[in-house]
Amino acid sequence: MQTVESVVVRFAGDSGDGVQVTGTQFTNTAALVGNDIATLPDYPAEIRAPAGTLFGVSGFQIQFGATDIRTPGDISDALVAFNPAALKVNLSRLRKGGLILVNVDAFSSRNLTKAGWEHNPLEDDTLAAWQVVKVNMTRLTREALKESPLKTKDKDRAKNLFALGMVYFLYDRPLEHTVNWLNSKFAKLPNVAEANIKALKTGYYYAETAEIFRATYQVPEAPIAAGRYRNVTGNLTTAMGLVSAAQNAGLDLFLGSYPITPASDVLHNLASMRAHGVRTLQAEDEIAAVCAAIGASYAGQLGVCSTSGPGLALKGEAIGLALMVELPMVVVDVQRGGPSTGLPTKTEQSDFNIALFGRNGDSPLPVIAAKSPADCFDAAYEAARITIKYRTPVILMTDGYLANGSEPWKIPNEADLAPIESDFRTDPEGFQPYMRDEATLARPWVKPGTPGLEHRVGGLEKQHLTGNVSYDPMNHHRMCELRRDKVDLVRQEMPPLEVIGEQSGDVLVIGWGSTYGAIRSGVDAALADGVKVGAVHLRWINPLPPDLGEIIARFDKVLVPEMNLGQLIKVIRGEFLVDAKGLNKVQGMPLNVGEVKQAILDLQYGEA
Amino acid sequence: MNDIIQLTRKDLASDQEVRWCPGCGDYAILKGVQSALATLNVPRENMVVISGIGCAARFPYYMNTYGFHTIHGRSPAVATGTKMANPDLHVWIVGGDGDMMSIGGNHLIHVLRRNVDLTVLLFNNRIYGLTKGQFSPTSGVGKKTKSSPMGSIDPAFEPISLALGAGATFAARTVDLWGKHLQATIKAAHEHKGTSFIEILQNCIIFNDGAFDPAVGKKVKSDKTVELVHGEPLIFGAERDKGVRIRKDLTLEVVTLGENGVTEDDLVVHNAHAELPGLAQLLATMEYPDMPVPVGIFRQVSRPTYEVGMDAQVTQAQAAHGGDKPSLTSLWNQGDTWDVAP
Ligand code: SF4
Repeated sequence: MQTVESVVVRFAGDSGDGVQVTGTQFTNTAALVGNDIATLPDYPAEIRAPAGTLFGVSGFQIQFGATDIRTPGDISDALVAFNPAALKVNLSRLRKGGLILVNVDAFSSRNLTKAGWEHNPLEDDTLAAWQVVKVNMTRLTREALKESPLKTKDKDRAKNLFALGMVYFLYDRPLEHTVNWLNSKFAKLPNVAEANIKALKTGYYYAETAEIFRATYQVPEAPIAAGRYRNVTGNLTTAMGLVSAAQNAGLDLFLGSYPITPASDVLHNLASMRAHGVRTLQAEDEIAAVCAAIGASYAGQLGVCSTSGPGLALKGEAIGLALMVELPMVVVDVQRGGPSTGLPTKTEQSDFNIALFGRNGDSPLPVIAAKSPADCFDAAYEAARITIKYRTPVILMTDGYLANGSEPWKIPNEADLAPIESDFRTDPEGFQPYMRDEATLARPWVKPGTPGLEHRVGGLEKQHLTGNVSYDPMNHHRMCELRRDKVDLVRQEMPPLEVIGEQSGDVLVIGWGSTYGAIRSGVDAALADGVKVGAVHLRWINPLPPDLGEIIARFDKVLVPEMNLGQLIKVIRGEFLVDAKGLNKVQGMPLNVGEVKQAILDLQYGEA
Repeated sequence: MNDIIQLTRKDLASDQEVRWCPGCGDYAILKGVQSALATLNVPRENMVVISGIGCAARFPYYMNTYGFHTIHGRSPAVATGTKMANPDLHVWIVGGDGDMMSIGGNHLIHVLRRNVDLTVLLFNNRIYGLTKGQFSPTSGVGKKTKSSPMGSIDPAFEPISLALGAGATFAARTVDLWGKHLQATIKAAHEHKGTSFIEILQNCIIFNDGAFDPAVGKKVKSDKTVELVHGEPLIFGAERDKGVRIRKDLTLEVVTLGENGVTEDDLVVHNAHAELPGLAQLLATMEYPDMPVPVGIFRQVSRPTYEVGMDAQVTQAQAAHGGDKPSLTSLWNQGDTWDVAP
């Protein structure tokens, strides 16, 4: 058995092959044995795309290791392919010399044709550069389950567990966790539980007995900070962060949401948290969702809405209303490939512009971005804290990769969370609806039902202090400035930026959002190559941190990697008059470590 | 709780100057709403008036209650959030036919479907006022306006029909200038648990003057309208000699009592509490000039309200935790967790 630091495995097959379940089980087991992990589920927009087709291939990639794992990996070490299409789609992302574990039974001439293979690649030298392990997964699973009362069709569905058993053997993993999970998941269907467990164990023992792998690997525990951990996706931590903030502020949480990929799990997760005072409205449309959230904030709850790009586009006018009436609200944007319907299940960072600028009028808002699945908790908590404190909506940016990707989350202590004051006004003495707190410029938050404070708010321009409708030119100018200044004041909440790597020198990499892991590792790699490179990762993309300009000035060149065609970069260039260069990728896939490293080298030494 | 809250109409008038055109039907509605709300035994601070955009939507500014002038068409959605967040509030939605039936049509039907406990006041003047006189979704085919110089080819919505189709548990019609009728309808809506929908026929003196006069004007109203009273036959006319009868093919006709042997027994008897909305829908098809225009309460049935259903779920979920929120630590520790030793 060889010991290795980290491994990237990719499972791929039809939507119906149980690829996501297999990947998730492998992930949870890796986490439980103490590896650090990062995952990337990658699935088609169609729920059950036609079997065997290239566009119907569903994938799940995990990197697990004995070191700090920051990304799901650029390229995989092993590919588990349940059919010819899965092999075709993923071959280019498999390291030369890497392992291919295929289900030979799925390589029928029909499936080969559907996947566009002219010859069976298992029978010629197409795969000569890799180690190919051919297993009759379907046949062996049927064989193992011949005593089971299940129908053949249902037996065949257990072949993913047969494959998982083989992979568990390959990486020296215990079966126990998945066995327990199957027992509890199918507690009411003992035959199904039993068949799946049998398939899992048979796969494991088959790999051992038949000696199908040339070598097996051990990936030791990672040096992880002490504490209690849980494997989380970003959509779960987003929900928990919001609920935690509301509860700490003494508020109930109201979510207005319309189902949309890849944000729906935020709705699902929050809907399951009723006990924490969470009310959810599955609204008739995106606009109703945000409007109901505004109505709830108006009545004194923490109003939240969750959506993705197309929904954010629809919500623009209502978000403008919330900023005009200066009420708290968190708008969660789980970005996906755009424009229009775009790539619903793929990840992208192309809503930067609409988040910053997608409203009529001068209408700036604080915009915060999460950098990893676990970090969505902190970003969501902070978004809620700021919206409650400053009484202006805050947009929280995550993306499909963060939403569905997973990593271990160190469960916090309640005492570690920043306190949040909801601070409702009840005193009629000297009250004016648009009077302002000096430190934050926030106006009072008054719950309807409070005697003596009856007043009117609305989307028409407000007179300073009184809040009466005003068309006065100078008042309008002043109110626009006040709303802008309030957002700018959020800068006082920002801790100094952490500069990773060199503190001054050749290249500064400026990133935001889910590219964090790839940038961090890419910077490490470029440092190792001798470039004096530093990196900052922006928590707030609006307003920009107060110390960013000074940090930019310490470097000769600036690189802005983004999963869009260059959006943050225009703000950086505009704000700081610096000739920043972009690394731009809009392929529905996260940035790679190698791409970041190469961009740094190219910028420093000129393109090769 | 039993204290009577003494309010007058003046207590509900804000200090803002009312800015509707002189002679607009909205003035009478404002007065009627203020008068009616003053008698509801509801503290002023518990009243919230929520509107969208349009002439009618300026309403909250003139009410000395809590008020929210939101964006075009969206008031039912905002109000749904407000009522769910605090069911103790008495929520009134105000809007015109463009606001509620055109841009906000989707929200209107869904608030009715959900049966959130609030009241919708639809000011129907069959025209866009604030944007200066384009045809609206209630104008009807042939209406000549600046945006339909050759006559509109847009068929009209019938608001009561639409509301009933969306599952309205309370649907009524009244008229801007009929002070007493308006107030009585508002009070009935207030007492109803669930979404109450009131269509108020409102005169836009500038862009659609007299649109309803042939039916609801002082001189003609006895002959051209019929008051719907639960349990009573549909009788109308200055002489109270006309009635509404149902034909075998489920259409309605006007008959004269005493003529051709017609008696009260032949007339439709209104049943506002019928489980199914069929009769109410049939009555909603009665339109000027062929039939008298029905006014009053078309339908009033009892159904669970949305905000109460949601609160019940929260209460049920909290029952296992002594009626309180569980700790955040318990939320965070669900599912598989593992410990990493120092
Ligand atoms: S335009 Fe018509 S509806 Fe609007 S305020 Fe004037 S009269 Fe009233």
